[in-house]
Amino acid sequence: MNSVVLAVLFLQGVGVDRTKAPTLLPPPALKLPAVRTAPLPNGLELVVVESHKVPVVDVSLVLDAGAVRDPADLPGLATFTATMLQQGAGSRSALDIADQAAFLGAQLSSAAGFDVATVSLHVPTRRLTEALDLLADVVLRPTFPDSEITRQRELRRTQLLQQRDEPVQVANVAFPAIVYGAGHPYGRPLAGNDSSVAGLSRARVTSFYSTFYHPNAARLLVVGDVTLDQARRLVTARFGGWPRGAVPAAAAAAAPAPAGAARTFYLIDKPGAAQSVVRIGQVGPARDTPDYFALQVLNTILGGAFTSRLNQNLRETHGYTYGAGSAFALRRAGGPFVAQASVVTAKTDSSLIEFLKELRRIRDEAVPTAELAKAKQYIILGLPGDFETTAGAAFRFRDLLIYGLPLDYYAGYIDRINAVTAADVQRVARRYIDPDRFDIVIVGDRSQIEAGIKALNEGPILYRDLWGQVLP
Amino acid sequence: MTLPTLFRLATPLLCGASLVSGLAAQGAAPLRVPYETFTLPNGLQVIVHEDHSVPVVSVNIWYHVGSGDERPGRTGFAHLFEHIMFMGSQHVPTGEFDKLLEAAGGDNNGSTTEDRTNYFEDAPANALPLMLWLDSDRMGFLLPEITAEKVDLQRGVVQNERRQSYENRPYGLAEENILKRLYPPSHPYSWPVIGSMTDLSAATLEDVRNFFRNYYTPNNATLAVAGDVTPGEARQLAQKYFGDIPRGPEVTRPTPPAVLLTADVYGTLEDRVQTPRVYNAWHTQKAFAPDDAGLDVLANVLAGGRSSRLYRRLVYELQIASDVVAFQDGSRLDGKFELWVTARPGHNLGELQRVVDEEVRKLADAGPTLREVQRAQNTFEAQFLSRMERVGSFGGKADQLNFYAYFAGTPDYFQRDLDRYLKVTPADVQRIARAYLADAHRVVLSVVPQGKPELAVQAAVQP
Repeated sequence: MNSVVLAVLFLQGVGVDRTKAPTLLPPPALKLPAVRTAPLPNGLELVVVESHKVPVVDVSLVLDAGAVRDPADLPGLATFTATMLQQGAGSRSALDIADQAAFLGAQLSSAAGFDVATVSLHVPTRRLTEALDLLADVVLRPTFPDSEITRQRELRRTQLLQQRDEPVQVANVAFPAIVYGAGHPYGRPLAGNDSSVAGLSRARVTSFYSTFYHPNAARLLVVGDVTLDQARRLVTARFGGWPRGAVPAAAAAAAPAPAGAARTFYLIDKPGAAQSVVRIGQVGPARDTPDYFALQVLNTILGGAFTSRLNQNLRETHGYTYGAGSAFALRRAGGPFVAQASVVTAKTDSSLIEFLKELRRIRDEAVPTAELAKAKQYIILGLPGDFETTAGAAFRFRDLLIYGLPLDYYAGYIDRINAVTAADVQRVARRYIDPDRFDIVIVGDRSQIEAGIKALNEGPILYRDLWGQVLP
Repeated sequence: MTLPTLFRLATPLLCGASLVSGLAAQGAAPLRVPYETFTLPNGLQVIVHEDHSVPVVSVNIWYHVGSGDERPGRTGFAHLFEHIMFMGSQHVPTGEFDKLLEAAGGDNNGSTTEDRTNYFEDAPANALPLMLWLDSDRMGFLLPEITAEKVDLQRGVVQNERRQSYENRPYGLAEENILKRLYPPSHPYSWPVIGSMTDLSAATLEDVRNFFRNYYTPNNATLAVAGDVTPGEARQLAQKYFGDIPRGPEVTRPTPPAVLLTADVYGTLEDRVQTPRVYNAWHTQKAFAPDDAGLDVLANVLAGGRSSRLYRRLVYELQIASDVVAFQDGSRLDGKFELWVTARPGHNLGELQRVVDEEVRKLADAGPTLREVQRAQNTFEAQFLSRMERVGSFGGKADQLNFYAYFAGTPDYFQRDLDRYLKVTPADVQRIARAYLADAHRVVLSVVPQGKPELAVQAAVQP
């Protein structure tokens, strides 16, 4: 009773003006974790970020062994090789590796994207030593047994079949295939396709591995509850003897990005689909573009946050979708720009109108001051939180290692975002978003949506299969 | 783990993270999340945890209402309401909630399960007053701003969420077909959190208003504030912003009688899929009841990763399946254990089901090895540790403090929760496998390609 009375008095004393948002004190300064490097004599670059708040360590080995290295006749080889690392290594069988990782409480993964392959480990500190033994076997001593090659190949064959049922996956494979064509590495599916899967053999995997898995084309990032000296000792003992090798230059940088054709709709039929999966875009810039910071601001305004224009329009104003957005996939060579959503079938044409309206408006009109400021603040003030967890910090620092950026890069990040003007945003929008040359890929029920798309009068419609290829 | 969680924004499911781990005996420091708690006169419990490692603060509110509080004919309502909570309140115009937060460098989301609805905002530490102002305004001053237009708009968004996450996704309608076979129609777990399209269309403005009056009250919520903040600051601000919100009516929640299956129930669903999948579902134990943690260990032994028994048999050795999944889902009113297996082309579900039954029977007869149990315990322990790294978002420390306050009655239940797992023995797992799986009735749902009912598990051939 007493406490109630006191609390009421206290509240009356303070009062609260709800009519306007509270005035905030200045935001806390960005506090970046220290990052240090210790190159090994064999060329392996060791990068260590210490964080001792929770006894866990996150380790990632980044190799120049991504899908851009896939031979043209064998898309899927890089991702398959990464998968195969865990199917037998040293004296351990595939099942041993899975069992031992789980027993250590370690998450061990190996995967490949377009630019790089990554082998990573997330483990409690007190199991780090044994987990690194496992990691070293997987990276340095994979055995690629024939029986496991066959097993994983058949599993992949099934997964490719199952992928046909998932309209979002179909769109994610078809869109780059249409934008880049089969002649460019970014146009080929990461997991390969029905015809290439048969070609995955021990010989091809071994050859890919011995060509691209070398320390001088790799970086090892350690984030977490370990010191630089400990990390150097542990890593040198396991990776110090990894021999250098000559790694050929990647083809992607050399492959010319296709010149976009006039705006075209590509329809992939999915009878009975409740939604149409929409992907709109074209070839965009590479990660090393000097326009990087302006692009971050541009995309935050257009489709990178909840209050971005595409989501506000298609979701919050019209209710056509659960979420709409956009992204520039910034890679070593020019990756795709894409605007995307899954929209209710009956509003496919209306959604396309709104997409095109927003994608034209961002070019035609300068961004209002308040909207520009909000986007910049969102990027700048959100940065400190990215370094909260070991996995989060590892994600941020891996980016620097993959694209050859200086390790103190984030110290200058805020100033460079702050420097972006409305004119910069409009300039990069005009340069990198070209609605006249969009490829517009739609996975949906043709019988329900075709007439509406035709009536838009925004371009011809072509029909493609689930892989984005011309129908027979 | 809780699987049927719906989010305001599409977000990767945290299934992996919520499966958890042993060997703790040898000197792991106990998990501790020190907190202070106090209750405002209006009944709002506030929980504060200091962590100055990064200059961010998370504000996390749990309202003790979910789809389990809905009634037939109005399913999907708790989740629809969660969406309306972002549409503006008396002092926060529509759209400003997200804009103000983003301009302060913050993010937010909400989620709904059968039992509770939660909301979080994560932002730089200086934005704490803003977050509390926004959250208190929609707790205390939402009612005048609920309009038919807002309800209609979010109804459209939620119907698209249902299309995107269930109807337009292979196997997406399996879960609701399991629930209606596992529970009688009167039981609130018999419908999915997302609800039905018909019921979503039927929700009226008055339904929405009543729901708010009954459930969105300070005495039916807990507020956790975690991160770069002192308890003194948090207390002062919580009192300032939430203190004048009036207490609401006492909430009574449904307490349906326990449900048991008296016979096996078979069902078949034809779907646009290339490969068939069989779902098994059993009634088990509520969250934090005895055997709840043991059931998690059992799920791990059966299907947790590539070293599990069913993965080894079905995917690795026999190569007749492409994947296996198993989990215990303990909720407030009941628990269930699910086991899914997807066939490879050319194999029917009866073949898979025979192996599932063999492996379950083996565990029931002979139990797992000590190593299998330790492996599960170590995996869980590592996951507990990793969840200590973040204060915000779903599954961060603020959210977990509310989770434990709700289910275990005390916010810092981290180590005691982990201890539940570390205590599980092979004999426990054997007993649990027998009692809840091998000797119990279940729902068996076959999802098969259209026009291929012959691929389903046939009831007649079951022992």
